[in-house]
Amino acid sequence: METTIGLSGAEKSAFSAFGLSNITVYRLLSILGLFALWQIGGLVPISVAFPTFSDTMVAMYEMTADGRMIRAYADTIKPLLIGVAISAGFGVTLGVTMGLNRRFQWFWEPIFVVLQAAPVAALIPLITYIYGIGLAAKVVAVIILALPIIVLNAYKAVRNASASLIQMCRSFQGTRLQQIWKVIIPNASPVIFAGLRLGVAAGFIGVILAELLITPTGIGDLITYHRSVAEYAEMYAAIFSVIAFSAITVGSLERAETRFFRPDKKVGR
Amino acid sequence: MILFGRQIPAVFSLLIWAGLWEVVGQLDLVFIFPPLSSVLVALVELAQRRDFHDAAIVSLKAFSIGMAFAITGGIFIGFLMGRVEMADKVLGMWVNIFASAPLSSLVPVLMLLFGLGQLTIIVTVILFSIWIVALDTYAGVRHISPSLEEMGRSFGASRWQLLYKVLFWAALPEILAGVRMGLIRAVKGIVIGQLLVSVVALGRMFQTYSRSFLMEEFWALTLILFVFALGFSALIGLLEHRVEYYAGSRI
Amino acid sequence: MPQANEGPPTPATENIVEARDITKFYGTDVHALEKINLGIPVGQMTTFLGPSGCGKTTLLKIIAGLLEPSAGEILIKGVPVSGPGPERAFVFQDFALLPWATVLRNVAFGLELRHEAKDEREKVARHYIAEVGLSGFEQKYPHELSGGMRQRVGLARALAVNAEVLLMDEPFSAVDEQNRRKFQEDLLHLLAVEKKTVIFVTHSIEEAVYLSDQIVLLSPRPGRIHSIIRPDISRDAGPDEIRRDKNYLDHVEEIWQDLRKYLE
Repeated sequence: METTIGLSGAEKSAFSAFGLSNITVYRLLSILGLFALWQIGGLVPISVAFPTFSDTMVAMYEMTADGRMIRAYADTIKPLLIGVAISAGFGVTLGVTMGLNRRFQWFWEPIFVVLQAAPVAALIPLITYIYGIGLAAKVVAVIILALPIIVLNAYKAVRNASASLIQMCRSFQGTRLQQIWKVIIPNASPVIFAGLRLGVAAGFIGVILAELLITPTGIGDLITYHRSVAEYAEMYAAIFSVIAFSAITVGSLERAETRFFRPDKKVGR
Repeated sequence: MILFGRQIPAVFSLLIWAGLWEVVGQLDLVFIFPPLSSVLVALVELAQRRDFHDAAIVSLKAFSIGMAFAITGGIFIGFLMGRVEMADKVLGMWVNIFASAPLSSLVPVLMLLFGLGQLTIIVTVILFSIWIVALDTYAGVRHISPSLEEMGRSFGASRWQLLYKVLFWAALPEILAGVRMGLIRAVKGIVIGQLLVSVVALGRMFQTYSRSFLMEEFWALTLILFVFALGFSALIGLLEHRVEYYAGSRI
Repeated sequence: MPQANEGPPTPATENIVEARDITKFYGTDVHALEKINLGIPVGQMTTFLGPSGCGKTTLLKIIAGLLEPSAGEILIKGVPVSGPGPERAFVFQDFALLPWATVLRNVAFGLELRHEAKDEREKVARHYIAEVGLSGFEQKYPHELSGGMRQRVGLARALAVNAEVLLMDEPFSAVDEQNRRKFQEDLLHLLAVEKKTVIFVTHSIEEAVYLSDQIVLLSPRPGRIHSIIRPDISRDAGPDEIRRDKNYLDHVEEIWQDLRKYLE
């Protein structure tokens, strides 16, 4: 786009000798820059509760080495996967049905719009009253955050399916079933998948919240525990790993999405 | 849906869900769901209580300050990303990471750094909402037709004039959409912040009700928050509607 | 004055499609078509021509069975029809190709919907891909093709189902001018081989006069048949000669003068 200032197109430079484009280099630099700032900030005595970057990394290494980190993630990922799987199964089916059937849409759309906009996190403490503090509670937390997004994305994807393609299918005497399976669903797939990606992100938020608020397990527990015993480097390490995990997972899903669903949109980031 | 030959808007399906809630409550099926009617009674009482007013005002003040920063900051970042390519690639990476990360995990850090008061809430609001405002502003800026900008320049507009006479308005529909999403996320941020920092204002009320099993009061408070979030979002939606007329015809 | 017959064609050839009293309202206030009575002779190219809003695409889609008329009926070979059928195939203005499918699958799509065996339908598809000049592009995706190529895929798809009537909705409007002329010529060659009845919608007068055996001029809201013209052009000369032929030019001018008043 010619209105942007910068190196549109000339992305190769001295770094291309190393097989890196300018963009990657600058991104790496920004990451290193952040770490540097962090290190400096930790050294300045603003607060005893702000460890340096190096302390945090050391703590991270230790926690991974002795298995704490891995066990914690195992505890966290299990309900996340289960919750997302359930939300995806129900959510996509419900969303697609809503997109195809007016009655369904009338009945389900408003409630899901409300659920998506409302701060349902307020309800997480309530979950314990029904589901205790185990795996089930965490799965429920994942579901109440992930399901609305998945449903609404699937619904919108089907509603906005290309009318032109559907008409083309009709012109070749495609039955309604053929229209749904051969045209509408493939046409809606990119947005449905985007919804799943958002659902995973939301579900992850849900499970962390549950761990911070109601069930002291998993990575959330690592955060709260180390805070309670004032081991700040460990606490920051746990939080850092959460952000990194989220960034990597969601980023990979986005790349997969572009590769499989939008081969024509591979340009750009 | 058509009933008695009249088209009934979808919003009315919520009444059916409300009715369901009432029935479940009256039949005492699930402990945490008291009848909707008693929740509404508690809501009216709650709205008149002094401690609720104080808590609400504290939260509202923090919310407004935080949102003001988030909106200005987000629009600035979004424009930067949309106009400067390196900012797009590098800043964009960070904005995307934080837009989908579990920011609630950062709240303990905020608590440690900023204490347990208003400041933490303000920072939480900014943290939760600034990314989506930036992303949607960015989308709006990218959608601006190049010929619109060329037109401005051909008539001699300076860079600043171009920005606030043409570009800002051209991107406004998406900016408003971003603000609306930011508002919703900010409310979630406040709720989460106050759940985790439960010694302050609304968070304390939530915890008290929840631990003393005062379900009617708990739901009343939750409903007020839900309504607030949705109401605010609807207001922005109205604003969006007013600029919608030119959103579709931008090519 | 060029030779032209005004009024419905003399039934020397039979009409494969008949429109009787077709009327179409959109909602309550948009009166798109009013009492259209028309016969489409078999094996010939009929064009619907007129300014925007005269209902030509609406009429085409009603004949295709994609839209329901508010009143009147369509008969195909004497039998009333409602809805699409195997004897009619549609070519879309925006191509309507499945973006996630290869050219081969797109061309075979009509046959796929009829549950024909994969090998069989791919064989047919390849034949028509070659006919429209896209051999070698079977495994490409629509986003890898130019606009002109995409439309050829759409045409191949319509030919592959072996319908007797081809309905084409401004098929070349999204194609650039140079390619457009080439397409018109190619289309005529193709139709000489395939022997289909074609109903064609366009807003280009030159295109209509160049291609058609019969031009139906429609007047705008509500759409009515203004006149029917049979261009008297010899097709023996090459395409470039035809475009300079006096009869051709006179027809174009006459129709233009006729339609002009609708722009004022």
